[in-house]
Amino acid sequence: MQVSRRQFFKICGAGMSGSSIALMGFSPTSALAEVRSYKLAHATETRNMCPYCSVSCGVLIYTTGDKSKNAKADIIHIEGDPDNPVNRGTLCPKGAGLLDMVKSPNRLKWPEVREAGSNEWKRISWDDALTRIAKHMKADRDANFVEKNKDGLTVNRWTTFGFLASSAAANEPGYLTHKVLRGLGTLAFDTQARI
Amino acid sequence: MTNHWVDIKNADLVMVMGGNAAEAHPCGFKWAIEAKKERKAKLIVVDPRFTRSAAVADYYAPVRAGSDIAFLGGVISYLLTNDKIHHEYVKNYTNAAYLINPDFKFDGGLFSGYNAEKRNYDKATWSYQLGKDGYAMLDETMQDPNCVFQLMKKHYSRYTPDMVSKVTGTPKESFLKVCEYIADTAAANKTMTILYALGWTQHSHGSQNIRTMAMIQLLLGNMGMAGGGINALRGHANVQGITDMCLFGASLPGYMGCPNEKEPDFKTYIEKRTPKMLRPNQMNYWQNYSKFFVSLMKSFYGNAATKENDYAYDWMPKIDGAYDTLALFDKMHQGKINGFVCQGWNPLASVSNKKKVGDALAKLKYLVVIDPLATDTSEFWKPHGEFNEVDPSKVPTEVFRLPANLFAEQTGSYTNSGRVIQWHWKAADGPGESKDDSEILATLFVKLRDMYAKDGGKLPDPILKMSWPYRNPNKPLPEELAMEINGKALGDVFDPKDKTKVIVKAGDQLASFAQMRDDGSTSGGNWLYCGMWSQAGNLTARRDNSDPSGLGQTLNWGFAWPANRRILYNRASCDMAGKPWDAKRTVIKWTGDKWAGNDVPDMRPNAAPDENVMPFIMTGEGVARLFAPGMADGPFPEHYEPFETPIDKNPFHPDNPKVTSNPAARVYKNDMEVFGKAKDFPYVCTTYRLVEHFHFWTKHSKLNAILQPEQFVEIGEELAKEKGIANGDKVKVRSNRGFIKAVAVVTKRIPTLMVDGKKVHTVGIPIHWGFKGVTKPGFITNTLTPYVGDANSQTPEFKAFLVNIEKI
Amino acid sequence: MALQSLDIARRSATTTPAPGVRQTTEVAKLIDVSTCIGCKACQVACMEWNDIRDEVGSNVGVYDNPADLTPKSWTVMRYAEVEEKGKLEWLIRKDGCMHCADPGCLKACPAPGAIIQYANGIVDFHQENCIGCGYCVTGCPFNIPRISQEDSKAYKCTLCSDRVAVGQAPACAKVCPTGAIQFGSKEQMKDYAAKRVVDLKSRGYDKAGLYDPAGVGGTHVMYVLHHADRPELYKGLPNDPGISPLVSLWKGLAKPVATVAMAAVALGSLFHYVMKGPNEVSKELEDELEKEDAK
Repeated sequence: MQVSRRQFFKICGAGMSGSSIALMGFSPTSALAEVRSYKLAHATETRNMCPYCSVSCGVLIYTTGDKSKNAKADIIHIEGDPDNPVNRGTLCPKGAGLLDMVKSPNRLKWPEVREAGSNEWKRISWDDALTRIAKHMKADRDANFVEKNKDGLTVNRWTTFGFLASSAAANEPGYLTHKVLRGLGTLAFDTQARI
Repeated sequence: MTNHWVDIKNADLVMVMGGNAAEAHPCGFKWAIEAKKERKAKLIVVDPRFTRSAAVADYYAPVRAGSDIAFLGGVISYLLTNDKIHHEYVKNYTNAAYLINPDFKFDGGLFSGYNAEKRNYDKATWSYQLGKDGYAMLDETMQDPNCVFQLMKKHYSRYTPDMVSKVTGTPKESFLKVCEYIADTAAANKTMTILYALGWTQHSHGSQNIRTMAMIQLLLGNMGMAGGGINALRGHANVQGITDMCLFGASLPGYMGCPNEKEPDFKTYIEKRTPKMLRPNQMNYWQNYSKFFVSLMKSFYGNAATKENDYAYDWMPKIDGAYDTLALFDKMHQGKINGFVCQGWNPLASVSNKKKVGDALAKLKYLVVIDPLATDTSEFWKPHGEFNEVDPSKVPTEVFRLPANLFAEQTGSYTNSGRVIQWHWKAADGPGESKDDSEILATLFVKLRDMYAKDGGKLPDPILKMSWPYRNPNKPLPEELAMEINGKALGDVFDPKDKTKVIVKAGDQLASFAQMRDDGSTSGGNWLYCGMWSQAGNLTARRDNSDPSGLGQTLNWGFAWPANRRILYNRASCDMAGKPWDAKRTVIKWTGDKWAGNDVPDMRPNAAPDENVMPFIMTGEGVARLFAPGMADGPFPEHYEPFETPIDKNPFHPDNPKVTSNPAARVYKNDMEVFGKAKDFPYVCTTYRLVEHFHFWTKHSKLNAILQPEQFVEIGEELAKEKGIANGDKVKVRSNRGFIKAVAVVTKRIPTLMVDGKKVHTVGIPIHWGFKGVTKPGFITNTLTPYVGDANSQTPEFKAFLVNIEKI
Repeated sequence: MALQSLDIARRSATTTPAPGVRQTTEVAKLIDVSTCIGCKACQVACMEWNDIRDEVGSNVGVYDNPADLTPKSWTVMRYAEVEEKGKLEWLIRKDGCMHCADPGCLKACPAPGAIIQYANGIVDFHQENCIGCGYCVTGCPFNIPRISQEDSKAYKCTLCSDRVAVGQAPACAKVCPTGAIQFGSKEQMKDYAAKRVVDLKSRGYDKAGLYDPAGVGGTHVMYVLHHADRPELYKGLPNDPGISPLVSLWKGLAKPVATVAMAAVALGSLFHYVMKGPNEVSKELEDELEKEDAK
C-alpha cells in the first residue's frame, strides 16, 4: 500500500487529534457513553387499534402522565401490540405513522360553517351548529316526507336527505347511525364499504 | 373473509389476484410469508402491474386490467378439461348435480330473460327443476345435459388457453403455469387461499370476478378448509363491521333487506324474505328471519313495537329504487337531494367523476361534514388553484364542518376482515372541541326529537318513540350500544322443546342468536353480533391469545361473528363421514356424538353425518352454488369488457356489440355519453393504492407524506419511449371526463401486453393525492374515472378505463 | 448474558482500555431481502421512535423517498429493477448502518467519545461530542453517516440503543410487517439466515446466502440475499467492503507508536477547529505537502 506523505499527514492532522487531545487531559467523562434515555419509561399504555385497513392491527398508545387529574394525557408514541394474534406487534408504514395522523395540522378542532356563497370558514359553537342542522333537517323532512305512495301504500320515506356513513367509525356509532336514519325514514344512505 | 388473517399461514398455495396484499394489507400479508417460510407454500401473483406482492412471489403473471373473468374462466376450463377437481366435494357440497330448468339458455353473450330496455334479466328460467315434493332434483351421475356440472362445462369450454391469452394478454405459457399451481390444490389435503380486494370489486363485473374464483375454490374443495376460503381483504379497520351494520339504504343490520313497495305488510315481508327449504333436512338458517327482524324492531322501538302493530313495520321506510353511492350522487346531481351528511367520508376524492360529484354537492342546500380531518369534500366550494377550480360565490350550499374524534380518542369495537370483533380503549381526548361520532349523532337526534315533541311535524312517532335508553341521551356509551347490538331477553325466553324451561331470564343478555324469538320477547340490534356481549360480559375485549391447535384460531381472543366461528363453512373441511380431508389441519370433526375440534362448528352440533345436513347452512339446499341465480348478471360469470375498452369489442362475442360490456350494468344517461373510445384514449388506466398511504387520510400525516410526497403515474418503458416521456417528467393524463397532471415514473414493472392482436399499454395511477394535506398538493385522481358500477353491488369501475397521456 | 448490555467496547479517539470482564452477547439485525416488500414501515418507525421528521420532498421518478440517507433519515429503502434469466426481479434493500464489528467510522473519528461501540456490537454516535468533521463519512465503507446542515453533527442509525438497552428490539425490527427484519443474538440470526438460505435455494436461488462481510470483521446488521454472489445488484451493496486504507494505516501504525510525535499536529488541528470550525484539514498544511509531493 502506497501512502503519500500528504495522505499520511492528512491522517495525522485530523484523525489524530482525538486521542492526542485525550492524552493532553481532555478525557471524556463516563456520562458521555450513556444512550438516549428510554422515552416511555413512565408513560401510560393504552390498548387500541389501528383505524386504517381491515387487518385492524392492535396498537399500544403511549401518553404522558399517569391519568392523574392534573396531568393532561398527550399521545407521544404509538407502536404495535405484540399480543394481538394478527399483527403480533408489527405495523405497516401507515400504522407506524399513526402519531402524525393524531397530531396532523389538519385535524379539525371546533365546528365551523361556510355560509352560502362565502369564501371562508367561520367558527361556531356546537350548539349553534347542531341547532342549525336540526332545523334544516326538520324543515326538509316536514316538506318532503312521503307517507303514502301514489297507490295509497304506506311508505313513510324521506328521500331528499342523504347520508354517507363512515366505515372508519366503530360498530357502536355505526349501529346508532342506522337506527337514527331509519327512524327518520331515510333511504338515501350508503357507506364507504361500497366503494 | 370466509377464513381469517392468521389462517393464511395454513395454505399450500397463496394466490394474490384482484388485489395487492403486500401493499394494501402488509401486516396480514405476513401470514402469506409465514406460509412460505414454514409450510414451503408457493405464492403466485396475477396483476396488470408487477407489484410489491409480486416482488416476493414465486411466480408472477401479467393480466390486462378488466379481463379477470376471462382468466379465471380459463382456469375453470383447465380444471374441468384436465380433471383436476375434488370430485367428492363437488358432488356432495355444491349444486353441480342439480338439474336446471331446460329453458335456461346462454346465447350470443346473453342469458335467457334479458330485457334490453331495462338492462336487466327476468330470472324465471335460472331455476332448479323441482320435484313434486318441492325439493330440487338431482342427477348424481352429473351426466344430464341440464345439470349444473354439464352446463358449467359447456359454458367454459370456450375459455381455451389461446382464447384466454388473446383476451387477457397473459402469455399462454404464463397462464398455463398458473393453472398448474392452482390445479395441484385439487388434492383433498392441499389448499389454496385467495387474497383479493378492490382489484376485483371495482369493475362493472366486480361481483362476478369474485364468483368465478369462488367456483374455482369449490371445484378444488378449498372452502371451509384451514388455509383455504375466499378472502376479501377489506378497506377500513371497521369496514366489515359497518357492512355488517348494513348502512345501506336497501339493507337492515345483519344483511336483512329493507322492506320495499311489494311488501306492504309485515306478513308479506316475512313470507317473502324467509327462503324455502330446497332439499330435505337442511338447516336453511335464514328460516329464522322473522326472529332476527322482530328482535331488531324491538331494539329500535322497544315497547312501541308490539305484536298488535306488527312490530312497528309501518315505520320502516319502504324502498322505491336504488340508493347506492352512484345512485345517490346522480339524484343529487339532478337536484333531488337537499341535505346531505358525510360522516368520515370524502366523496369528492373517492367517488368517480369528481366534476359530477362537485357539481352535485353545489346543488345541495346544506352539507354537513363530520370528520377528524379537513377533507377535500369539506372544501369542494373553495378554490385550490388548478386542483379545484371553482367560484365560491356561485355555490349556494351551506357547509358545516364538525370535528370528530379519531380511534385513539374513543372506545368501542372494530370488526376486522376476518370477522373478529375487537374492543379498543380511549387513550386521550381529541383536539379542541372534537367529539365522538355517537355523541354528535345523538345530540343532533335529541335536538330533532325535542323539536318534534314541541312543534309536531310529519310522522313524529318513529322519532318520539325510538328506544333511547341511554343514561345520558346526548352521549350513549359504547358499552350501552354494544349491549343493545347484542340483544337481551325482554321477557323470559323458553326452550322451544320444553315450554316450561327458561333458557334466558328476562333482562339478561342473550348468549346466541339461537335464543332470539319473533314474539317480542327478545331484542337485538344485529343478530350476527349476538354473543359479543352476553351475561359473561364483553367478549370482544377478551385478550387470551393462546392457540392450542397451532392453526392460529385463538378462539378466546375477541369474538368472531357468527357465534365466535373463525372459519366459515367448516363442516366442508370433512368428508361425508365427518372425517377431516386433512387430519393435520383439523378444523372440526365428527366425534361420534357431536361436531367438535378447533373451531365452533358451522353445523348443528348433533347433526350426525348420516343425517346429510350439508355444510352451506345459509342456503335452502345446504350446498354451495356453482350456478347462482341470485346474481343480477348471470348464474355463470361471463367475460365482458370494461365500459371503456381498448379493443372496442368483446372477443368472446365479436359480432354482438350489445354484450361488449356487462349488459346488466346500470348506466345513467349522461354518463354513457362521456365514456371514451380507444381511438381517442388508447391506453388502459387502472387506479390503486400504495403501501405508503391510506386512501385520502395519510396525505395529512407528515410521516407518510415523507415516504411518497408527490403525485405520480406509472408507465412501462415501451409506452414511455413511444411518447417521449423520461423518468421524472411531468405528464398530463386525460380521460373523457377531465385531466390530471403528475410526475411520470417509467418502470419495467408495467408490461405491455398483446391483446386481440393489438399492443395494449397500461397507465397506473395511485389515488392518494388531493388539494388538502401535508403532501405536495395534487389532482383528485377520480377526476378521470367513469361513473358506472358493478351490476350487483354498484361499486364503481375504478380499475379499468381509458386515458391518453402526454408530456408537458 | 443479556442482549442489552451497554458495556463499552471501544470509544473514538480514546485510549482508555474498555472493561473486559463481563461476557456480553452480541446482537444482530438480520434483513431478509427475499421477504422484504419495500413498504418503508421501518423508515417510519425509525423516524417516529427517534423523533425525527425528514423533509417532504419530491418524486423524481422512483419509489425511493427520501432519495438517500440524510441526518433525518437513518434508514431508506433502495429499489432496483433487475432482469435475471429473463425474469423481472424487484430487489428492495433496506439501507442503513451495518454496525460493523470493526467500525471504520469509529476508527476515523477524532472526537473523543463521539462514536461508541458497545460490547453487544452496537455502534452509536453521541452527537454532544461530535465535532462534525466528517471523518466518519470517509471512514465508513458503506457511505452511511450524514452531517446535518442544521447543527453540524453526524447522524446515523443507533440500532435503537435506547430500546435495546431496556430489552426491546429496534423500532424497525419490531414494526416490520413481513418479518423481513429480525433481531436477536448474532448467533440466532445466523442460524435463522441459514434456514432462509435453504428455503431460497429450494426455490431456485442457487446463490442465496448471508451477507456478513469479513472485511469489516463481520457486521451486526446482516442481509439474506437471493444473489449473494452479486451484492452490487442491490443498489450498490459493496462486494467486499473494507476500511479505507487511510483509516487503517492511521490506526494500525500511528496510534500505538506515534501518539506523542503527533501531538503537535493534533494540537494544531484543535486550534484550527476552534478558530475556523469543523470539517477542514489545515489547508495551508495540505498545500505545502502537495507542493512537496509534486517534487
